[in-house]
Amino acid sequence: MPDGVAAATVRKRPNWVPYALLAPGLLWLVVFFVLPTLSLASQSLQTGDVYNGYSLTWHVQTYVDALSTYWPQLLRSLMYAGLATLLTLLLGYPLAWFVAHRSGRWKNVLLVLVIAPFYTSFLIRTLAWQTILGDQGLLTSLLDRLHLTWALHGFESFLGAVGLGSGSQLLYSPFAVICGLTYNFLPFMVLPLYANIERLDLRLTEAASDLYASPVQAFRRVIWPLSLPGVVGGTLLTFIPATGDYINSVLLGSAKTTMIGQVIDAQFLRVLDYPLAAALSFILMVVIIVLVMSYVRRAGTEELL
Amino acid sequence: MADHATGDLRLSRITKRFDRFVAVDDVSLTVPEGSFFALLGPSGCGKTTTLRMIAGLDRPSAGSIDIGGTDITDLKPYQRHVNTVFQSYALFPHLDILDNVAFGLRQRGDKDWKAKSQEALALVQLPDVARKRPTQLSGGMQQRVALARALVNRPAVLLLDEPLGALDLKLRRQMQIELKRIQSDVGLTFVHVTHDQEEAMTMADTIAVMNAGKVEQRGDPATLYEHPASTFVANFLGQSNLLEARITGSASGGRMPAQTHGHDVVVAADRVPDGINDVWIGVRPEKLRLGDSGTNQLKGVVTDASFTGVSTQYLVRMPWGFEVMVVQQNDGSARATVEETVTVSWDPGQEFILDQRQDETAGAEIDDA
Repeated sequence: MPDGVAAATVRKRPNWVPYALLAPGLLWLVVFFVLPTLSLASQSLQTGDVYNGYSLTWHVQTYVDALSTYWPQLLRSLMYAGLATLLTLLLGYPLAWFVAHRSGRWKNVLLVLVIAPFYTSFLIRTLAWQTILGDQGLLTSLLDRLHLTWALHGFESFLGAVGLGSGSQLLYSPFAVICGLTYNFLPFMVLPLYANIERLDLRLTEAASDLYASPVQAFRRVIWPLSLPGVVGGTLLTFIPATGDYINSVLLGSAKTTMIGQVIDAQFLRVLDYPLAAALSFILMVVIIVLVMSYVRRAGTEELL
Repeated sequence: MADHATGDLRLSRITKRFDRFVAVDDVSLTVPEGSFFALLGPSGCGKTTTLRMIAGLDRPSAGSIDIGGTDITDLKPYQRHVNTVFQSYALFPHLDILDNVAFGLRQRGDKDWKAKSQEALALVQLPDVARKRPTQLSGGMQQRVALARALVNRPAVLLLDEPLGALDLKLRRQMQIELKRIQSDVGLTFVHVTHDQEEAMTMADTIAVMNAGKVEQRGDPATLYEHPASTFVANFLGQSNLLEARITGSASGGRMPAQTHGHDVVVAADRVPDGINDVWIGVRPEKLRLGDSGTNQLKGVVTDASFTGVSTQYLVRMPWGFEVMVVQQNDGSARATVEETVTVSWDPGQEFILDQRQDETAGAEIDDA
């Protein structure tokens, strides 16, 4: 140490305190994230089977096989998650705006209501969509009573035409899976948006308006750019878990809506092809990281990373 | 867009109600083109609401606003050729300084936005901060940017909402002089809202004093100070000694006899409102002199003397208990001491006369901090 001995002893104590504070979290990350990830990486490059054991052979071909076989499921997962994220944004932004600036003394009540679904299990919440979208479900019987069955059939045909439905039912379709994803991840979009929008200085809209910006232009040039940190935070919290999600597809989808999470689940727990499952997990991770990096860079909010 | 509307700004019988509260009550004002106009009054007097109605940020409940004869009452803020320097500055935090200043120009599709914005930044003496963010600047610099952002559009009317309120005293004085310089350089109509009477008097060509939603008096700073039309104006603009008095005779030789608490005085006849006998005689502290050099003389006892450098400020208790304030220039004349009995005097014509039915304390206790 270049400093004198006295300075060194004075500094000694404060020096280890930050590390001590960091240690529990660091230890947790090492044991439950770094080590499993390394083990997963090694697993993906091994060959063998469950009965005779595995050995590390650097078998990169597993990755090629995984991608060539399961790219449709991967692509589908990204598409469903992307659509669900877009929907949560479209629903969540006005909702967050309302809670932040228009709800007055009901603000806290509304915030609790946004989080309220978390008090029920994820599984039950998703199952509930079966009773909503089912052939004899809430939505159909309600539309039936309102003599709007024709509208329902029209919508079903539309979904069929754009590849999001079978054309004759709502449940067990991509549409149902996306509905489930949107519903389940909405709070993850609303909360970061709310935190951001609540801090927006609304006097800036007056300033924009004073400087010849119509309400639409004021939103586009002032409010939206200032909302971006919340939008980026919300989309990441929604898109990343939604891509790897499989519950919604299992409960609300069909064989045609299989997502990458289901494939990984099946390979690990039923087919018992550990290297393939590990390779798929790694591919999913890398794809998400690359997408997120380019997205955040495009949105110009690098300070989030 | 009323883009080329220039000329006098005219408010005709403007009223603004919020629920049952009347913020602005039947105000009519004309602001001549190219003048520096101040709306002066205590907080809650309706001056900011008036400004917001000119900007279009609030809609009048009644009345109309026009610029050079073009009615703008129903135009949205973004349709008016009026720009505002906000009290909070309201600079866009996600844009750099140049983009902030250029916002209005680009919004209107001005191809020359870059040169004009740089010119505006030079005018407010901030040529080197174009690529900085607002949060990197001091309060005084942000204030200049806000001014440049409004000025650059060359609006028909430029509104300033207490723009110097957040600055410290020294910077405020400096900016007052600079604002005045910029205004005469660019020749735009400035409407400046402030509660600081000194600021208004320093800068404005014309001041409208507002109180409780109404315009109490409108005039140039000297007229308002020398001839206040109400006790509110007399007390709000500077200090006043208001003596309860009665007119005791008719005018002769431009003078009129009066009596205050049994003491005979004479006042200038043209200052006395017609048909009123019970009056307040108002004399500014610097018009009162210690000693008997003035025609009107009152005797009292000095209760307080404070030396402020250029002058000494005395409180002199009159026989009937009222304390008058006297400010004596530090010009070498003899100083009085506390407990000393002195004569206080002034000459007719240095006073102003107000109707005694007005509240003598109106506008006096307002703390303009």
